[in-house]
Amino acid sequence: MTWSGTRSLVAVVAAAALVLAGCSAGSGLTGSSESGASASSTSEVTASSNAGVPEGSTTAGADQSSSGSAATPAPSDGTLSLGLVLAPANMDFTTTDGAAIPQVLLSNVYETLVTQAQDGSIQPGLAKSWTVSADAKTYDFTIRSGVTFSDGTPFTAADAAFSIDYVKTKWTVGVAKAMEVVTSATAVSPTELKVVLAEPNALWLFKMTTRIGAMMSPKHVDKLATEAIGTGPFVVSGWQPNQSVTLTRNDKYWGSPAHEKNVVFTYFSDSTAMNNALLTGAIQVITTVQTPQALAQFKSGNKYTIINGTTNGKVMMTMNDGHGPLSDIRVRQAINYALDKPAILKGAWAGYGTVIGSHEVPTDPWYVDLANQYPHNIAKAKQLLAEAGKSSLTLRLALPPVPYAAAAAPIIVSQLAQVGITVKTSDVTFDNWLAKIFGGDHDYDLTIINHVEQYDVTTVFSGKPDYYTQYTNPEVTKLETAGLAGDHDTFIADFKKVVTILADDAAAAWLWAFPNLMVTDSNVHGLPENAIGESLDVSGLYTD
Amino acid sequence: MWWGLVRRLLIFLISAAVASVVVFALLTLVGDPARTALGTNATPQALIETRHQMGLDRPFATQYATWIGGMLHGDFGTSYVTHLAIGPQIGQRLMVTMWLIAGGMIVALLVAIPVGTIAAVKHRTATGWILSSLSQVGIAIPSFLAGILMVALISVKLGWLPAGGFVVPAQDPGGFVARMILPWLSLGLVQGAVLARYVRSAVLDEMGQDYLRTARAKGLTQWRAVVRHGLRNASIPVLTVLGVQLITILIGAVVVERVFVIPGIGSYLVDSVARQDRLAVQGIVVTIVAISLAVSFVVDVAYTVIDPRLRRR
Repeated sequence: MTWSGTRSLVAVVAAAALVLAGCSAGSGLTGSSESGASASSTSEVTASSNAGVPEGSTTAGADQSSSGSAATPAPSDGTLSLGLVLAPANMDFTTTDGAAIPQVLLSNVYETLVTQAQDGSIQPGLAKSWTVSADAKTYDFTIRSGVTFSDGTPFTAADAAFSIDYVKTKWTVGVAKAMEVVTSATAVSPTELKVVLAEPNALWLFKMTTRIGAMMSPKHVDKLATEAIGTGPFVVSGWQPNQSVTLTRNDKYWGSPAHEKNVVFTYFSDSTAMNNALLTGAIQVITTVQTPQALAQFKSGNKYTIINGTTNGKVMMTMNDGHGPLSDIRVRQAINYALDKPAILKGAWAGYGTVIGSHEVPTDPWYVDLANQYPHNIAKAKQLLAEAGKSSLTLRLALPPVPYAAAAAPIIVSQLAQVGITVKTSDVTFDNWLAKIFGGDHDYDLTIINHVEQYDVTTVFSGKPDYYTQYTNPEVTKLETAGLAGDHDTFIADFKKVVTILADDAAAAWLWAFPNLMVTDSNVHGLPENAIGESLDVSGLYTD
Repeated sequence: MWWGLVRRLLIFLISAAVASVVVFALLTLVGDPARTALGTNATPQALIETRHQMGLDRPFATQYATWIGGMLHGDFGTSYVTHLAIGPQIGQRLMVTMWLIAGGMIVALLVAIPVGTIAAVKHRTATGWILSSLSQVGIAIPSFLAGILMVALISVKLGWLPAGGFVVPAQDPGGFVARMILPWLSLGLVQGAVLARYVRSAVLDEMGQDYLRTARAKGLTQWRAVVRHGLRNASIPVLTVLGVQLITILIGAVVVERVFVIPGIGSYLVDSVARQDRLAVQGIVVTIVAISLAVSFVVDVAYTVIDPRLRRR
């Protein structure tokens, strides 16, 4: 009998095949935050026009607490479960990138000196006030007293100075770069922190509302991956890798206590399973709607509430501006004229979201409405292509495994075909996308991705060919540098110019601003409507 | 017989060793766990440091020796992604999958043996034809689709059973069974349909044999003859298929695990691959391979138990 031997071989081959298949199916779940491995929208939104930016020498109000500012009822013993898509790899965002860890831990477990409100304005957090020197290089924070970590140790300015230094010295993830501008962080007294920057930076205080501003205890940083000890309204009471994270109310919390005793973040890899979990009462909230077309089943009756807020996600068809036919501005403009963007949004995302025309969302403080810069015009597109000598053109469109790309691609292909552009689509794994398109030789013509990070125009379009967009324009670099170093008015004015130039240059084909679509049981309230910063703040969540 | 067993055991061990090398080599060839952990804007310096911490900058042979050395001591290592020990994770997940598969196989057998036997005995009648066609339909439906359809009807529409999830049977036996019924059915009915085809053809084969005619001649009814003598002989090819099916399900259950949100070994494997959690993937795959080999070994041994004639070979 050679059966056993043959079958053993079959088993080995099957296992090997499985590994390879798994690799190609792996969607890079811990993919970078700015490339948006999924539709998961965890970026914050600003609604007011002057939001998120320090205005010269400012002293902020001292009375407002960072959380629980909404009038929530008294604490209950209840448990609420939320459905999410991307599970955190571990509890340590200092060495592991991705949106999932800050989404559950930031503001719920770890707090920041300053926070971002729903309108995008910067509010006091663990710092009850702060002043900025006239040269915009020195920040003096007054730290709230009476705050303790959940292990009982008091939180002081020394911990804040430690946390800032720790980002500079020990964090390994890319986002830590934003802290490089800090020259020193010193605890002047237990309640006074002085931070000195090497040069003025209009976005640094905003960055302090993100995960790099998280305040940690020096006693616990060696166990960050499995134990999260912060000052926030919740503590982590359970973690089942890839399945769930349970947050339990922190009874020692300095601010208004969270209403729910337990909030469970449950992770679903299958959107139908998540929808079914809500329909059968296993969860009370779907935080990320993956298929807007499936929303219809929640619309009838009064059982569910659909929340349609905003995110900072910019869904775009990125063009390789530095290579081949797409380095010709006329070809890029022709593509923009050829696309009927409202039709794409309607077909691909059921019309949820807003059509955009540059690297911006309507809530950005420098937003300029450029959605109609290139109205749908087939004749104009053909004419531009003829001028460029590219009347018949074949381009490759690489599609990462994200639902919006799969939904938009067929519409884009047919619209571009009408002006004589043949588009060959190919599916790429997220690892391959990172290695070949985002990194490596940037071997691509077109790709579709949602850039989810807030205020990332300086990264994605720095004007220098150091990013996968390969966009080059010294004027943009100059404006961005001057804007970041300038006062508030200069900053806004320069960035308005930047987004306008990007649209003029047709640096990409921006499609739509990604919506924050959530579904809740109709008795669930207190969920932030707009996708807040990097966190999903659940301290205000309650049921009636 | 003993030499045969020893030979099979040797093949088993060699296959397991080869599998471990193949798995390890494949995984060192694909992807970069450090880049996955640090994200797109990581500095080259941070990447080098992280690779060093993860031990990825050591020679291939050293990495393999360390890993296999730990495995031989039952130490699967600590994941550099989750920072948790991998062994207990595999144990937990495997237990969940075992519950799923065991229930699924019982359902499959409960369906396959009667349906297959009846279809064979009545193969010239309408009943046989209908059963045969039904099992053909069952084969055509993938188990995840069966799962989705059953959830849509029984959980969402009628609200009779939970749509998914898993609870430990010791903590909440009722909740455990309620959550497992649909996964068991979706796995078991489809596997049962496949198995029923084999039972039918195996029983049909045996029905043409001389010993059955002899049994009939002794005065047994066709039914009694088939049940008493035929099934035992028919069970050998069926057992082979069952063994192969068990191995397929062990890996294939991942789709059912996804539909029903069951934290089994398949989901663990897929999640670990997506996260480039190399040590976890290695541990899981070697575990699955070892179980597959063990199953085929047990099936081989079972042949000799069922059929005394094989003991003489």
